[in-house]
Amino acid sequence: MDGIALILLDALLILVLLGLAWATLESRDPRRGVVLFIAFGLVLALAWARLAAPDVALAEAAIGAGLSGALLLAALRDEPEAGHDPSEPEPATPAKRRLPGLTNWAVGVLCLGLGLVVTWAFVDTLSGADPERLAGQVMARLGESGVSNPVTAVLLNFRGYDTLLELAVLLAALLGILALGPERGGYAPAGPVLAGLGRWLVPVLILTGGYLLWVGAHAPGGAFQAGAVLAAAGVILRLAGYRTAGLPQGLALRALSLAGVAVFLAVGLALLVAGRPFLGFPPAWAGTLILVIESAATLAIGATLALAFIGGRPAAWDSPEQRRALNPTQVHNQP
Amino acid sequence: MTTALLYGLAGIGLAALGLRGSLAQVSLLRRLLALNLMGSGVFLMLGAVAYRGPGLSPDPVPQALVLTGIVVAVSATALALALGRRLRETPDRD
Amino acid sequence: MTEVIAGALIAAGILFYLAGSIGLLRLPDIYCRLHALTKADNLGLGLLVAGLVLLTDDLRVALKLILIWLLVLAASAAGAHLIAGQARRGEGP
Repeated sequence: MDGIALILLDALLILVLLGLAWATLESRDPRRGVVLFIAFGLVLALAWARLAAPDVALAEAAIGAGLSGALLLAALRDEPEAGHDPSEPEPATPAKRRLPGLTNWAVGVLCLGLGLVVTWAFVDTLSGADPERLAGQVMARLGESGVSNPVTAVLLNFRGYDTLLELAVLLAALLGILALGPERGGYAPAGPVLAGLGRWLVPVLILTGGYLLWVGAHAPGGAFQAGAVLAAAGVILRLAGYRTAGLPQGLALRALSLAGVAVFLAVGLALLVAGRPFLGFPPAWAGTLILVIESAATLAIGATLALAFIGGRPAAWDSPEQRRALNPTQVHNQP
Repeated sequence: MTTALLYGLAGIGLAALGLRGSLAQVSLLRRLLALNLMGSGVFLMLGAVAYRGPGLSPDPVPQALVLTGIVVAVSATALALALGRRLRETPDRD
Repeated sequence: MTEVIAGALIAAGILFYLAGSIGLLRLPDIYCRLHALTKADNLGLGLLVAGLVLLTDDLRVALKLILIWLLVLAASAAGAHLIAGQARRGEGP
């Protein structure tokens, strides 16, 4: 049994979480809603730490709160009227923000009913006999996985297919964003404070990304957290007025976006050629192969999330030569 | 088991709140926020199932699923925002 | 003895956090709120980190904790400056 103090802490965290979630959805000003959502993500990261899931806590703080928040705030920025969500035709009044009364009521009852059913199933699962878990199998074969952090072992080795497909989902989302139009307007060159912060924070962030990638083999961290930190460096650069967010141009940018899926597939296919199953790492090589895949995935995730923040096909998507060929009159200068 | 139960119930509460928001809200941005909250609730439920008490190592499989889920959620959010912007910039909206 | 000093530092840090949070909620305008929040929380975090550094035996952990404090100091100072600048130009609430 946990101590009573810890139960109180859990209860407090949960109340704050539910309160923030409620306030996020009920706030009139969408910008306030987004800021509350970021706060929600940070408190959720604390909850993950309480659930003995430091890997998830890092990812939630960096991706769920940080980058999602940056994306949402950037989306609010290029709306015509600051602070007003234009998909609401009228200034927000409670009646306009809602469906008609009866439908709204029915939706509420439906969600409550669904919640109760899931609660029943969840309590039933928890109170039943401790079922056969995959954890035992993971722990038993952790030595063959090439890494000692069980979460990384599951992500990159035991269930590598999931992560490969996840990178494919990320790539598909990126292709969608690129196809939907050109990038959003850039930001004015930063004043001395933000520029100065960026000048020493960006190298620190890159170093932190490398550290998280390396340490993921045996401690909380890994490609997702490291990629998110790299993307954060890109966000800071873009906010400080660098339109490209530190990303390369032309072919290099294409290669970077594809790197995760491409290296993952190449390793898997090379293993097939060597007579192993697809992504069935030989134990002696597993650690090295995982590091290779994770390094490529880190770069791809960083580039993809930074491109998502740019919000469309960047000017740098085409190399300077291609741009000149497309538009010979306009000379493009990077700030 | 108290901790797992508390966080699991919180996750269910969040998921229900998010589901209601995503159905009942009108604005695109609020729907996206609601969907993200719903996702967080589902993740929290998975995390509660993975938790096995203080001092015991948690189940890494659900935790890895949640990590995957967080990245998929952010990419879906980014795509939805880009779609929303395109929708707004398209003259004939109805 | 070390633990008592560390506990006292952490408790003092929490007190500063409390003061900063009350300031955020109670002070009249954005500049006062920023003032309360950044100053009190930076000092509070510093005290917390000092307490935690005393509790750890590992030099690397101690250095990482101090690095976190420095990063938060820089980020919150720059963040407060940017928010205040934005508010002065009348673009935010």
